[in-house]
Amino acid sequence: MSSELHYQPIGLLAGQLEARAISSVELMQDVVARTRRVDGRVQAFNSYDEADALAQARASDARRAEGRARGLLDGIPVGLKDVIAVAGQPLTASSRMLANYVSPYDSTVTRKLKEAGAICWGRLNLDEFAMGSSTENSAFKSTCNPWDLARVPGGSSGGSAAAVAAGEAVGALGSDTGGSIRQPAALCGVVGLKPTYGLVSRYGLIAFASSLDQIGPFARTVGDAAALLGAIAGHDPLDSTSFRTEIPDYRGELAKPRGRWKLGIPREYFGEGLDPEVGAAVEAAIGHYRGLGCEIRSVSLPHTKFAVGAYYIIATAECSSNLARYDGIRYGHRSPEATDATDIYFKSRAEGFGDEVKRRIILGTYVLSSGYYDAYYLRAQKVRTLIRRDFLEAYREVDAILTPTSPTPAFRKGEKTADPLAMYLNDIYTIGVNLAGLPGISIPCGFTRAGLPIGLQVIGRPFQEADLLAVAHAYERDHDWHARHPELE
Amino acid sequence: MSHEAVIGLEVHVQVRTESKMFSRTAASYGRPENTLTDPVVLALPGALPVMNRAALDQAIRAGLMLGCEIAPVCKWDRKNYFYPDSPKNYQISQYDQPICRGGSVEIELPGAARNVMGEHKRIPLTRIHLEEDVGKLNHFAGGSLIDFNRAGTPLMEIVSEPALHSADEAFAYLTALKTIMIYGGISDCDMEKGQLRCDANISIRPAGTTGLGTKVELKNLNSISFVRDGIAHEIARQISVVARGGTIVQETRDYDGQTGVSQSLRSKEMAHDYRYFPDPDLMPVQVDEAWKARLRALCPELPFDKQRRFLDRYKIPYTITSVLVPDRELSDYFEEVAGLSGEPQLTGNWIINNCLQFLNDGQVSSMGDLRRKLAPARAADFIRKRAAGAIPSAAAAGVSAALLTTPAEVDAIIKAQGLDSMAGEGELEQWCRDAIAANPKAFADFKSGKDNAINGFKGSVMRAAKGKADPKRVDGTLRRLLGQMGSG
Repeated sequence: MSSELHYQPIGLLAGQLEARAISSVELMQDVVARTRRVDGRVQAFNSYDEADALAQARASDARRAEGRARGLLDGIPVGLKDVIAVAGQPLTASSRMLANYVSPYDSTVTRKLKEAGAICWGRLNLDEFAMGSSTENSAFKSTCNPWDLARVPGGSSGGSAAAVAAGEAVGALGSDTGGSIRQPAALCGVVGLKPTYGLVSRYGLIAFASSLDQIGPFARTVGDAAALLGAIAGHDPLDSTSFRTEIPDYRGELAKPRGRWKLGIPREYFGEGLDPEVGAAVEAAIGHYRGLGCEIRSVSLPHTKFAVGAYYIIATAECSSNLARYDGIRYGHRSPEATDATDIYFKSRAEGFGDEVKRRIILGTYVLSSGYYDAYYLRAQKVRTLIRRDFLEAYREVDAILTPTSPTPAFRKGEKTADPLAMYLNDIYTIGVNLAGLPGISIPCGFTRAGLPIGLQVIGRPFQEADLLAVAHAYERDHDWHARHPELE
Repeated sequence: MSHEAVIGLEVHVQVRTESKMFSRTAASYGRPENTLTDPVVLALPGALPVMNRAALDQAIRAGLMLGCEIAPVCKWDRKNYFYPDSPKNYQISQYDQPICRGGSVEIELPGAARNVMGEHKRIPLTRIHLEEDVGKLNHFAGGSLIDFNRAGTPLMEIVSEPALHSADEAFAYLTALKTIMIYGGISDCDMEKGQLRCDANISIRPAGTTGLGTKVELKNLNSISFVRDGIAHEIARQISVVARGGTIVQETRDYDGQTGVSQSLRSKEMAHDYRYFPDPDLMPVQVDEAWKARLRALCPELPFDKQRRFLDRYKIPYTITSVLVPDRELSDYFEEVAGLSGEPQLTGNWIINNCLQFLNDGQVSSMGDLRRKLAPARAADFIRKRAAGAIPSAAAAGVSAALLTTPAEVDAIIKAQGLDSMAGEGELEQWCRDAIAANPKAFADFKSGKDNAINGFKGSVMRAAKGKADPKRVDGTLRRLLGQMGSG
């Protein structure tokens, strides 16, 4: 049994499980032990249920013993962001509002992971209701970046990214509304994929902004991300926005020989505010693709400068409505001080929601108000159409687009909490992808001199995740950034 | 100065479907509290709505029956407001693109007498849209409890133009609308179960003018007669306010049907800002011509069209049609029996006098039950034999009852009740000729115009027949013979 099972890629673990070199219980015990050793410092988990995880591992071993193993993911521990429902497990959204809430049902991705035999492992921290870029907005704890515990892991899926980076899970699921998978993946030095809007069911995902939210995997390699995506993708009759499309064998497709891609570099993504070390690492990655024989072209996404503005109108408008259900009436926090229905609303929501959530609910309520709708929401939707058109126009010339994932590496805790706007600008390279509904992946492409990970973002065509993964894989194959791990023990 | 009322009605109709508007849980009534729920109905974290196509079918069919224009795309919006009976604190509804626009409801105003058809009018509709119902709050001394069984039930809002001018017209409109909804199987429209609910917008203006006055919205009109009473009350209230030199305030008023009093609920200043926006969880659904054509084929003939046809084709009285037509199953049964027997008048009378009695006294539980026990073919056989005189009027009710309670054929029942021994036409004619011959005085009286004189012959015939003759047939035969005979 390898001493560091928790840092091995899924393919390798699956081989050992298949060969009975290790059992799922041994793997799970190793991950639990690692988590116990390091999570006190990393703080990735809101909670975890060891007994439940080990029971799932035993069930996996039993299946395998009977020759009924379900494939690559059977017996692999996968962490879940605490906005993805698992029947019988807490579902808090890192909010006081849901501090004691337990979901009575499985999300569709949970069901699919279980059907693939994966072990649903723990509840991973996030910015409250997925609103934030540093995981500092969690009502419970601030997750640390495993590469420098004084720094943030990014957000909102900071717990998912940190857990994978710290070896506390083999893979994880997060959700991405404006960069919440890709940005923390970049800051923690792991792979994070936001699928095309509609590829993965949102049923059982606590909604932040319905038209932008998408669940996706965190993993240490592109191949692992492909395996996880294959397990969770596909049409779901319980989500009207899920799309009917063939789901290829994403991981299998990686092995196929590919032509030389035309790759687009959007000039708008390399301007002011880009950290020079990040810029240099991304330039080096672009150089590597050129060396592989890819044609590198400059492309323009002229409406990029409007993306953050449009995003904060659409996302806040939708969240102001989506979060109305947290009212203290049927479940969740109810103020003990409340005297009547209106009072329950005011006091429970005042006590249950944190500042950033309140800020966005107020902003969203404002932009939808009578007399402002046309000027804000309707106009933002038009901008959104233009942004999508920019990308589709670019895809007439190129097969994929390369950008930095985040303008800076992980920043210090507390550095941006007083300035929401500075925090929002962390997502300038990722937001456009959500507005356009496209798939995007962040892969490690280097480290700063201070030892902080840097992410390269690859943006693909709608529903062409197989191509997107292939482009990412072509880079990863020639580098070993993903094999480096933070010093935690 | 005399005033004219201007009334527009907003009618909410629960749409009859197996499951709820946006989830798979059953849409039903009268079940134990909070048993018709699921993550979607309760708005649990992460739950998402999925449109029930059957509900959209129903709304489109309602629109087609009412002559509405059907939107090419069914689009959903969120109406945001906080209330404990609303699980999401927004209602999924249709704001700027209702599924139906235009159309009208044909109404009949009260006639001069019960047996005289009243004036018909068409009340234009503004729109019909689909939405979801909310739960139900139950208040107790110690607090309030919520039953979410009703939450998510498909609901249709039917909005009329401000084109009604009296409480009677509003009553006629609701009655006609309800009949059409039941006809189409769109809704059962049971107001006691909240399946049909009505709000009224009421204003007055000087008679002869065309502008619109300040409107008052009247809520909670939870029976059709409360609608009539509430509107009459509100019109009178507004006229008296104006007569005293006051002005009407735009507000929402609650009408209590028990006490006949209304009180202000909220003024315009407190009006909600619902912050409508397109629901990002639901994709717009295209409604193409083929879809509409398929539904159009399933639309029944409208009640008033059927009534005109019955009057025209079957030549039955208005009073009979006004009993038969509002009930689709009853009128279908009538048409089948009348068609098979060729005796619409007799069929109509028999249904109203006998079949409705069976329904009223519980001998049959429903029209379906009546059909099972008394299939149209057997009923028509009975009607034909009635017409042929094989069953006297006095025995008709008994034979009907026997048809209902036994599976026996009509002839067998006639035999069992001893009616088969009825005299033949020849025998009857002989008795009549004998009676006329034996009473020359009565014959002379009759021929001189004393109609009563026929009773003398009848008595003789009935005595001779010893119960084997139907008095009505005897009367007919006597008159025929007397007519053929010269006066002397």
